[in-house]
Amino acid sequence: MGSILLENVSKAFGEAVIIPSIDLDISDGEFVVFVGPSGCGKSTLLRLIAGLEDVSGGRILIDGSDMTGTPPARRRLAMVFQSYALYPHMSVRGNIAFPLKMAGENREVIERKVTDAARVLNLTDYLDRKPGQLSGGQRQRVAIGRAIVREPGAFLFDEPLSNLDAALRVAMRLEISQLHQHLKRTMIYVTHDQVEAMTMADKIVVLNAGKIEQVGSPLELYRSPHNLFVAGFIGSPKMNFVNGIEAEKLGAATVGVRPEHITLSTSDGLWEGEVGVAEHLGSDTFLHIEVKDVGQLTARVGGEFTVRPGDKLFISPDRDRLHRFNEKGAAF
Amino acid sequence: MATLHTRTSARLMMAPAVILLLAWMIVPLGMTLYFSLLRYNLLMPGMESWTGLDNYTYFLTDPAFSTALANTLLLVAGVLLITVAGGTALAVLLDQPFWGRGIVRLLVIAPFFVMPTVSALVWKNMLMHPVNGLFAWIARTVGLQPVDWLAEVPLFSIIVIVAWQWLPFATLILLTALQSLDEEQKEAAEMDGAGAGSRFIYIVLPHLARAITVVVLIQTIFLLSIFAEILVTTNGGPGVQTTTITYLVYLQALLQFDVGTASAGGIIAVILANIVAIFLIRLIGKNLDT
Repeated sequence: MGSILLENVSKAFGEAVIIPSIDLDISDGEFVVFVGPSGCGKSTLLRLIAGLEDVSGGRILIDGSDMTGTPPARRRLAMVFQSYALYPHMSVRGNIAFPLKMAGENREVIERKVTDAARVLNLTDYLDRKPGQLSGGQRQRVAIGRAIVREPGAFLFDEPLSNLDAALRVAMRLEISQLHQHLKRTMIYVTHDQVEAMTMADKIVVLNAGKIEQVGSPLELYRSPHNLFVAGFIGSPKMNFVNGIEAEKLGAATVGVRPEHITLSTSDGLWEGEVGVAEHLGSDTFLHIEVKDVGQLTARVGGEFTVRPGDKLFISPDRDRLHRFNEKGAAF
Repeated sequence: MATLHTRTSARLMMAPAVILLLAWMIVPLGMTLYFSLLRYNLLMPGMESWTGLDNYTYFLTDPAFSTALANTLLLVAGVLLITVAGGTALAVLLDQPFWGRGIVRLLVIAPFFVMPTVSALVWKNMLMHPVNGLFAWIARTVGLQPVDWLAEVPLFSIIVIVAWQWLPFATLILLTALQSLDEEQKEAAEMDGAGAGSRFIYIVLPHLARAITVVVLIQTIFLLSIFAEILVTTNGGPGVQTTTITYLVYLQALLQFDVGTASAGGIIAVILANIVAIFLIRLIGKNLDT
């Protein structure tokens, strides 16, 4: 239904090469997240798959057939845009029905499918409203509704939650995950937010400067990042990196240690440091500790950990959860 | 303007401008109304006398009146039709990326800078002239009988001349509206399977509705008072074939020196303009609401 294969795909706008060359295999029904910093080419890659941009080289296969030059409408893909791209002069009903109308479906089929989609997305009471009269979350659902009525082979999401506030984002994240379990269709989701990537994905593709840094399940990326970029990008708060002489003592050019893999003690430990800022989240406390010869480290401790700025602490990274990197930034 | 105090001072500050504009409008209107009720002929100065509504009767029963009314409405409708349809088409074309777009856009806007008398004379003598005109030359080149445009199809010719002048205005307004259309909406429609034609009908045209309304309303105001083009090309003729209400008022005032009847005609033109405005607002005004 919705397997997508990218072979040697590249994209350049004039002189500027956005994507040098990418190979990627997405199997049917998978939830794949493209994640990376802004400008890494993740949205361009999605638009190449959608057919909204022409590839500069390589092939795109959808369900085994070459779709490289096929216009977007015939790739059996549906896309949800960052701005939702709802048609402002049409009602919610008109918006959801639009792709069906374009496909030349008859009136009864359209009515039935729109009603079904509205029920799934809790939009039944809003069918006759215009997009301008809806809240951000409702608009988002209309955009998703417009995508699901087409019964596409795969869904493409281009940073769909970035215009929503934090609470709504968490709720919509859950809704999209539930929708994926319900529809069991391939979904490709672009985001710069690693939390969205970790929570939703079956498979994460970490992109940097148009290249794939690593592909894997969320926990694979968390446990064994292949390089410094992935190690720094996945996980929140960020992994601490230690360079120089202290790293050499541990046998690597750079040593990475996650904030949650640090043991604190008031009596003894590997490094001694002074507490700078303590962020109390209730369930957790993030401590920013200044350590001589090492730099600033972030440690994650329990919520009830009482400590004051200026307190002296001893810090020991968990030896078996250290990430060691060579001079080129690759893990070993 | 939060407090009562600031609101009062704001009103005081605005008052001179508002009063000036009001006087600017109300004095000529009041004088026209007053003259329209007088027997007032420039050939008999100092003989003005009160005649009530006689001037209105004379103007409305003028044998040219019904033709003039029809000509006025035909002129407005014809020019609106050509400029809105042509302006939309040109705007869509100029929105496409092509080499030399900046210069082409400038050239398209150029006719708007040419004053009405000049453009009408250019059309009359260089394009539509049955002997020297470009159209006549083209007709002769392909072996056809040249058309004497301003004699055979005078109203149509004037509609074409005026439409040529107003096409840039419509194009400009519609082009800016087109450029404000969200690119993602067009892409979404493309993903949804809409071809170029469907995208134009379902996405672009509804987006342009408000701009088209603005174009229609503004142009109507100016088209109801078209005069120079008629004066320098056909003088309202042949016969009364291109006489409009505006031109009829001119005939009364400056050829027959009858200021009273001309003023009555002016008031009738104002009423006509209001009827057209009410009609247009009813028809398309809802596009202006958000």
